[in-house]
Amino acid sequence: MAKNLNTYLNKTTDVSPLVIFRIGFGIMMCYGVIRFWLKGWIETIYIQPNFHFSYFGFEWVKPLGNFTYILFIICGLATIFIALGFKYRIAIITFFLSFTYIELMDKTIYLNHYYFISMMSFLMIFLPLNASFSLDSYLQKKSYNLVPNWTIDTIKIMLTIVYLYAGLAKINSDWLLKAMPLKIWLPSEYDLPFLGENLMQQNWFHYAMSWSGMFYDLLIPFLLFYKRTRIFAFILVVFFHVFTRVLFPIGMFPYVMIISTLIFFDSNFHKKIISILRITIHRLLKLKNEIVINEVYPLLNRKISLTIVFLFLSVQLLFPFRYLTYPGELFWTEEGYRFSWRVMLIEKMGYTNFKIVDAETNNYFYVDNQDFLTPLQEKQMSFQPDFILEYAHYLGDHYTKQGYKNIAVFAESYVALNGRLSQPFIDKSIDLYKEKESWKHKNWILPLNDEIKGL
Amino acid sequence: MFKKIILSITFSIGFMFACSEGDDLDNNQNESFDRGSLQTNLADNIIIPAYQDLSQQLGLLVSAKENFIANSNQENLEVLRNNFLESYMVWQSLEMFNIGKAEENFYHYQMNVYPTNIDEIQDNITTGNADLFNPNNNDAAGFPALDYMLYGIGDNDTEILDTYNNQDYGQNHKNYVSSLIDQMKSITEIVLNDWTTAYRDEFIASTENSASSAVNKFVNDFIYYFEKGLRANKIGIPAGNFSSSPLPHTVEGYYVRETSKDLTLEALNAFQNLFNGTHYITNDSGVGFTDYLNYLDRNDLVNLINNQLDEARAKISILDDNYFDQINNDNTKMTQAYDALQTVVVLIKVDMLQAFNISVDYVDADGD
Repeated sequence: MAKNLNTYLNKTTDVSPLVIFRIGFGIMMCYGVIRFWLKGWIETIYIQPNFHFSYFGFEWVKPLGNFTYILFIICGLATIFIALGFKYRIAIITFFLSFTYIELMDKTIYLNHYYFISMMSFLMIFLPLNASFSLDSYLQKKSYNLVPNWTIDTIKIMLTIVYLYAGLAKINSDWLLKAMPLKIWLPSEYDLPFLGENLMQQNWFHYAMSWSGMFYDLLIPFLLFYKRTRIFAFILVVFFHVFTRVLFPIGMFPYVMIISTLIFFDSNFHKKIISILRITIHRLLKLKNEIVINEVYPLLNRKISLTIVFLFLSVQLLFPFRYLTYPGELFWTEEGYRFSWRVMLIEKMGYTNFKIVDAETNNYFYVDNQDFLTPLQEKQMSFQPDFILEYAHYLGDHYTKQGYKNIAVFAESYVALNGRLSQPFIDKSIDLYKEKESWKHKNWILPLNDEIKGL
Repeated sequence: MFKKIILSITFSIGFMFACSEGDDLDNNQNESFDRGSLQTNLADNIIIPAYQDLSQQLGLLVSAKENFIANSNQENLEVLRNNFLESYMVWQSLEMFNIGKAEENFYHYQMNVYPTNIDEIQDNITTGNADLFNPNNNDAAGFPALDYMLYGIGDNDTEILDTYNNQDYGQNHKNYVSSLIDQMKSITEIVLNDWTTAYRDEFIASTENSASSAVNKFVNDFIYYFEKGLRANKIGIPAGNFSSSPLPHTVEGYYVRETSKDLTLEALNAFQNLFNGTHYITNDSGVGFTDYLNYLDRNDLVNLINNQLDEARAKISILDDNYFDQINNDNTKMTQAYDALQTVVVLIKVDMLQAFNISVDYVDADGD
């Protein structure tokens, strides 16, 4: 066993898939950063709001005022360095840190694909993505044709986890037996040309999409792994992601996934792209060829890298199952919901009002959330307990500062999940100002009056 | 293999552009809900008739005001007041249509910001040439300002008439009443004209599900109106739901006093009629949001919302006509009415919006 493992870890393969992955990743991220900036989201999401929702344990990560733009510039420059393979290790570390910092500034815009990018860039720190066809190798006049097999396989495993876990999450009675939430989402796509007024309105189509979505997520990594089904699988990947892009406002995610899954193809495909790129660049810049050394890229700190990558993938495999340690319905409490590849899985809306009470006189008044939150923040806050708690504390502090005495904060909250009628969400007799955020179960979340079976 | 991959990418991207850029050629299908007929009913049988009604009422108000200015006696004051009250009642049917020119011109800010600011009104009367279209004058214009001018400017009718007949400042007061009414009439004409000439067709055609489409904005707006304009402004704020103590001077129709409840009930009826698609003039039934909910298999929601609106109406009906007295004598009835309205807000803002799958506001960000 140990011997087998050692043999595997010493196996080497062509470097090209890593090169294409690096270039693709760099370009996509560069576009992502520019797109985010041009849409004005730095301003509306990070600078304008008076208050930001923090991740538990990361309360110290806050937007930096106008310096937030500098942070985006740093992040954007890092993406170019990554694509070029220039000072790769520093660039990818810079990217990982700046991108992750940006994501941690406000959890209102938590998206699985941002988390994916953070995690992937962390993994990329330990992989030799600049071994060939990079500025680093050009400047050092050293290019390597071979890299350890595992460096490519870790990326494939990461992608497999994303798809597989997204598929497992769909194995539940709402998704499969009620076609929820697609039954809500698809009919509202009535303005889609050709399909909107007919197909999107059909009951059977909602079920067909639910079931095929589940099978797609569960099977696609394996279809990509096996050579005979690979092309078919990739066509499915492109079709599926493009289709979801047409239907839902999911930004960059489909493109990132399409480009990423190219890594499953064998090296000949990647070599062809590289040779096209090489010829173009050499014609344009009249560069001399790099010196090619036909040997394995010498990983620095191989043991440490391997250990970190191994631990990282183990955590990735286990962390999504932390929800099992919480009582209650996961989709309702969302305890252990994030960071688990639960992508486009539930439709939830809420309405949460806060009552500020003087605990001694019992005088009270309600808060107008628009005084403190942006529409996006209010929307996200209204159905997520950790948001509700953090905001309750913010309100408590705010009114204490204003000179109010004996403040208690109560939430009156109603939430509708997957087309069920709305029902009370938070125990309105609990003073949230006295409750503390933790990893523990929040016993002031009222239980869902229904059962959702499944994983 | 390389070619196949490139081909599949090209094909799929082509497909995507075909989907996202294509024209809607296929709108004769009957399988889907016909949003056009919903919006046509809203425009032709509810919105435009309500604006026409208000325009007509304000026309009567203008002539009543001319008579009063020519001869400021008790009789003319009564006529003017009656016209004022009737216009104010009609207004309750269209404060929720904050779309098109109404949105552009901040129409409802010009028409119904209360409590009105009597210091500013007095300043405007003295200086004599206030620009009532200016946002700074929103709380010194519209129905609430007129309410003050016709009922609050003196302790009794004699004092009020004396003010208008005063040799020194009577004319200034008359001028202010006159410009208030003229301004209300003229801005209403702007909004109405736009509906009848251009905006109607635009509104009916804008059926797509996007943040900027007329149907989505309209839905967001009338939900916002119910929550803010109706629930909070008419009941919640005066009852002290948003402050440490009740604020009875913030009731709608503060100077008339006896009209606050009627205004609320009228607004509630208008909202329910809009929800059900009931025609403004004839009360005939037409295509409403109820039909859309039924199409989405949510007739449970239709019943719940209508029942809860009825429940809220019952809670409001037992209030004193005069909210000021109600708040001072028994504010719990006010907060009970508020709670009943609040339940409606949850149903329309959470359940109905989820069923429609319309974005809550102009939230612009990716999802996942």
